[in-house]
Amino acid sequence: MDFTTITLKLLEGFLTTCEIFALTLVSALPLGLLIAFGSMSKFKPLKILVRGIVWIIRGTPLMLQIIVIYYVPGLVFHIGLLPRLIAVLVAFTINYACYFSEIYRAGIESISSGQYEAGKVLGMTKSQVFFKVVFVQVIKRIIPPMSNEIITLVKDTSLARVILVAEILKNAEDFVAWGLVYPLFYTGVFYLLFVGLLTIIFGKLEKRFAFVTEGSSAIKVRRKLSLKTKISTFIGSIMIVSAVAIAVIIGLICICL
Amino acid sequence: MAYLEIKNFYKSFGQTKVLKGIDLSLEKGEVVSIIGSSGSGKTTLLRCINFLETPNEGTMTLDGELLFDGSVKKAEKEKFLREKRLNFGLVFQSFHLFPQYTVLKNITLAPTLLLKKKVKDYKKQLKNKAKLDNSLTKKQIAEMVSIFKKENLEEIKSDSLALIKKIGLEEKINSFPCELSGGQCQRVAIARALALKPKILCFDEPTSALDPELTGEVLKVIRSLKDEDRTMIIVTHEMGFAKNVSDKIVFMADGVVEECGDPQTVLTNPKSKKLIHFLSSVTNKDGE
Repeated sequence: MDFTTITLKLLEGFLTTCEIFALTLVSALPLGLLIAFGSMSKFKPLKILVRGIVWIIRGTPLMLQIIVIYYVPGLVFHIGLLPRLIAVLVAFTINYACYFSEIYRAGIESISSGQYEAGKVLGMTKSQVFFKVVFVQVIKRIIPPMSNEIITLVKDTSLARVILVAEILKNAEDFVAWGLVYPLFYTGVFYLLFVGLLTIIFGKLEKRFAFVTEGSSAIKVRRKLSLKTKISTFIGSIMIVSAVAIAVIIGLICICL
Repeated sequence: MAYLEIKNFYKSFGQTKVLKGIDLSLEKGEVVSIIGSSGSGKTTLLRCINFLETPNEGTMTLDGELLFDGSVKKAEKEKFLREKRLNFGLVFQSFHLFPQYTVLKNITLAPTLLLKKKVKDYKKQLKNKAKLDNSLTKKQIAEMVSIFKKENLEEIKSDSLALIKKIGLEEKINSFPCELSGGQCQRVAIARALALKPKILCFDEPTSALDPELTGEVLKVIRSLKDEDRTMIIVTHEMGFAKNVSDKIVFMADGVVEECGDPQTVLTNPKSKKLIHFLSSVTNKDGE
């Protein structure tokens, strides 16, 4: 088994990883906002219901949720099994939407009531106040916690192997079964590269939203923000460089062996 | 009948009674200052006038039109409330500018959003007309609507630029609120409120959040509005300014209008004990 074959095989798994990551992100981000609205609803039963669901989802392991969503429809209702990838995507989306919803809620509740009132007295509708005035400020505030959660998502995709979805770690483990251990460590390079890229993107995003929200002291914060962005870009580049270096070293070791 | 007439406003938050029967009348082009110690209900009154709070009782008429009637217990639909709010402008104590927009966008945002509705109505009107006499094709309607929209957008832009010139911030037009001083922020807030052409402009302690050396520029803008015969209600702690600029001064204490009249009489010849006490405490503070 030469290095290229292994890399290709891992790359194939990595594509599945990326697929799970991207599709989960695209569906969980809007769903999370909906859940956030539900958990802030003035209609008590809805609020209690939504908070209950969030409690259950955050209170159980994601691995268990994947297993439940994959096996329960078949075992209990006898309607056959979902395709593996779909089951994984459903579990990931629900799980991450719940985590995102709490971040959204924190962001929305941190906006001062003055912003809502200013919009109101200017004759805006409720949805205009939210989307034209409040939402951008919310996004600015939630970028750091969101990036945290999204980076966790990159690595959580490895849980998909519990129902045998062939993501990168599963493929690497298959090599281990053949008696080849280093592909398992090699996967780390892929994760590092991916997270490094995300770190750079989030740094850029933060810079893009570098206006100061109401109540914070002006220009100082701005400088601090851009410095922070610089640092995160710097760390991101270091990570990428080191990941590439590790890849090269592993490659050399393989050739020598 | 006066231009704005408020009768018998009552407002309580839970057990706390904040307004206990407020009457206030205002002629067109008049400037009324409301003074009083904190907790007297000035701000609540202003918020009630702007439909940010709903009084428990009372009526409000503007220009002969009944805007609020406390005896109707049903909550008003959001849509009508919004239309009524547009009669008034409100400048907040702590500005509440939108931090993500430039000075210009802060001012143009609300009129531009209102224009959307206007364009929709115009299109509907054209369509109905076309149905009746078949005089307009679809293409013509689309063209007329886009011209209508463009003209209005240009008007909003030129109006806003004129407002920015009036408040003297031409060089800050593309700055963000965090790059402005408090006084500049408050001037932008005034322009933002004016951009919707309210019939009555309300100020809620417009200079209280500012450093003393910055109050002057804001007061100057308000004074220039007085020279344009705008109708204004100003809640303020600046006694000298209130005396100079207003046609009428209302002194509130414990949720009622304690004294009301022209500035000279009220400030130099106070009758009620509470006002005498309030004025002496204000002047004492100034003397320190």
